[in-house]
Amino acid sequence: MAEEVQNFKVTIDGITIEVAPGTTILNAARQIGGEIVPPAMCYYSKLEGTGGKCRTCLVKVSKGSEKDPRPMPKLVASCRTTVMDGMEVLNITSPEVVDARKAVVEMLLINHPLDCPVCDQAGECKLQDLSYEHGAEKTRYEFERRTFERIDIGDKIQLHMNRCILCYRCVYVANQLTNKREHGILFRGDHAEISTYIHEALDHDFIGNVIDVCPVGALTDKTFRFKNRVWFTKPVNAHRDCPKCTGKVTLWYKGPDVIRVTGRKDEHNEVEDFICDTCRFETKRTDDWKLEEPTKISDQSVIASNHYLQFDPPHVIQDNPVLQEANVEQLARSEKLK
Amino acid sequence: MGRKLLLEHINVPGINTFAVYREKGGYRAVEKALKSMTAEDVVEEVKKSGLRGRGGAGFPTGMKWSFLAKPEGVPRYLVCNGDESEPGTFKDRYLMTYIPHALIEGMIVSSYALGAHTSYIYIRGEMMPQIRIMEKAIEEAKAAGFLGKNILGTGYDLEIYVQPGGGAYICGEETALLESLEGKRGNPRIKPPFPAVAGLYGCPTVVNNVESIAATVPIVNDGGEEYAKIGIERSTGTKLISASGNIAKPGVYEIEMGLPVEEFIFSDEYCGGMANGKRLKAVVAGGSSVPILPANLILKTMKGEPRLMTYESLADGGFVSGTAMGSGGFIVFDEDQCIVRNTYNYTRFYRHESCGQCSPCREGTGWMEKILYKIEHGHGDMSDIDLLWQVQQKIEGNTICPLGDAAAWPVAAAIRHFRDEFEWHILNPEASLQGNYGLAHYADPLVPVTE
Repeated sequence: MAEEVQNFKVTIDGITIEVAPGTTILNAARQIGGEIVPPAMCYYSKLEGTGGKCRTCLVKVSKGSEKDPRPMPKLVASCRTTVMDGMEVLNITSPEVVDARKAVVEMLLINHPLDCPVCDQAGECKLQDLSYEHGAEKTRYEFERRTFERIDIGDKIQLHMNRCILCYRCVYVANQLTNKREHGILFRGDHAEISTYIHEALDHDFIGNVIDVCPVGALTDKTFRFKNRVWFTKPVNAHRDCPKCTGKVTLWYKGPDVIRVTGRKDEHNEVEDFICDTCRFETKRTDDWKLEEPTKISDQSVIASNHYLQFDPPHVIQDNPVLQEANVEQLARSEKLK
Repeated sequence: MGRKLLLEHINVPGINTFAVYREKGGYRAVEKALKSMTAEDVVEEVKKSGLRGRGGAGFPTGMKWSFLAKPEGVPRYLVCNGDESEPGTFKDRYLMTYIPHALIEGMIVSSYALGAHTSYIYIRGEMMPQIRIMEKAIEEAKAAGFLGKNILGTGYDLEIYVQPGGGAYICGEETALLESLEGKRGNPRIKPPFPAVAGLYGCPTVVNNVESIAATVPIVNDGGEEYAKIGIERSTGTKLISASGNIAKPGVYEIEMGLPVEEFIFSDEYCGGMANGKRLKAVVAGGSSVPILPANLILKTMKGEPRLMTYESLADGGFVSGTAMGSGGFIVFDEDQCIVRNTYNYTRFYRHESCGQCSPCREGTGWMEKILYKIEHGHGDMSDIDLLWQVQQKIEGNTICPLGDAAAWPVAAAIRHFRDEFEWHILNPEASLQGNYGLAHYADPLVPVTE
């Protein structure tokens, strides 16, 4: 006799949702969708132990729970704080949170080179989006930024530490998908850097995923570097029978040529499945693949051409008028696209 | 003459050896606890004593112990935090160097109270002599039957290991310490879960400061109530203060809680007044991370009452006009000291010691250091002070561990109380490179402090 799991009621920016116990605030917000989802630079739902580091997802808990209604004294990282029954969370409705997020973005940018015009990630960079949404127009930082030499880790991946925001995602990928620990952080503080064990080449079937998880342009695909801007390429979902991975990928076309292969990313920029390096680097011809359909891209994205991401409202929204009200903009957008 | 509990026999020759320590009544607490008390009794006594953590935060030790999860079949650990690296604090090193057995005795009693059979003493890597001393002390205690299997025939087993750290300030944060102890990079963990539930190797763990653990010895010997009689209000017992700076007699002093700050600085029994007949300018009362206070505020609270050496009195007035007890690193500045330079120096330390895990601390500490360097070296701008204030405000409270707060507080306090000295530096760049601002009005009685 399976006992029914008592769901927790959590209210984020005035929108109530019921989620399973153990869900984090961020994931509860993602279930609601819309503008109230806190941005996350370091959290990656497919990687265990990520999150809590970048502090962009800070939210204010104005009511701890039904039992203990005291607010939490400090802003909390929503990606690592689990919900309690009756919790009330303020994200974009709290000036304190907006202010703190702006400050975090400013801190992330002070040592970032802002070389977007020559960066391969431009157009699909989360830091770029974040600074458009939350950043200041002008920097108040007037000192020299930290710089590093570029390192080739493996023959297919280049590390450009200047752009790194030390989210640790690639470290978790290397730890969890590969069986050797040879990719990690050296030094500490603002002179910390991602590196490999004595500049050893990363050589593993799944190591290419560090490129996909990197939220900025610190880890780039050497087979794609400077080939094209992402917004000139057309993403198409495809699959192949791969003995090592699921083989579900996105192909990025420029004219008739596949110039890049990545994992399929959802609206939170997280891949569905990690793909192997054979799929990523070595099968770059259309006849290697069975094409499915053009990848759905958010119409906010610079890559958007025709296939806009539809807002697929979860059930909680469909039968809740308050939630419908909160997502009115998203619903209207989906209606328009139908 | 205040009562001494920890340093009572500090001047006895050979007190660092087992034989002399035992002769002076050492290891009585172990005998008493193991033979006549249950583990719960010991926890109860520590609760009654009102002992508060001596590492900085001042959390009641008894309460911390009672939070320890006790699942069946899972080992529990006691870890002693000897990673003392706060600038201005050197009491634990002193204790470990001169009476190592006080710590061992406290470790045995505390481990017994918590039901731990393996305990660790994590000592900062730079303190190699202390690591050797502690290892020797453990060997002596083991030879005398106070450690190992079946201690004193009571059936209680305990092993204590000394673990040298890598020399990082951040490893004094309890979860970073546990990471480091497990052999990983010393990055603080994200809480919850707290170490009391999942600490070392995922098992329930208590992390206590060296002095807190040593203080359990007199508590067990004389009873918690007797210990609570010393001190006032919720600050009970005695505290080791590491006094440094421009005073006649720097060193480690054991004080009874409730001693007036003025008496501590100027009495011959303690610091012996200012060195070279200079005047008092400012005091950092509890290690570099607590707010610095000008002379007038450290001696008297805003209400005009004398400030006492207790957790409550030092914190009187919040961060607007108060400070904190911290770890007891009492740094005294005379009129010749430059607050800007000192703040720059602290920030340089925090920048160097930030683990680099979360962005506000990693980037913010470096930014603050650069702004302060600029002001200190005569290139400052008036807007830099406001910028500095805003940067520290954004670091505080937004980080994973308290290092961000610790880096922000001294900067905030320096600007709050010494803003005109910063302005003087900016307006007189040449003069500020040669001389300094001097005492100014910082010792004037009852200057209204503006925020």
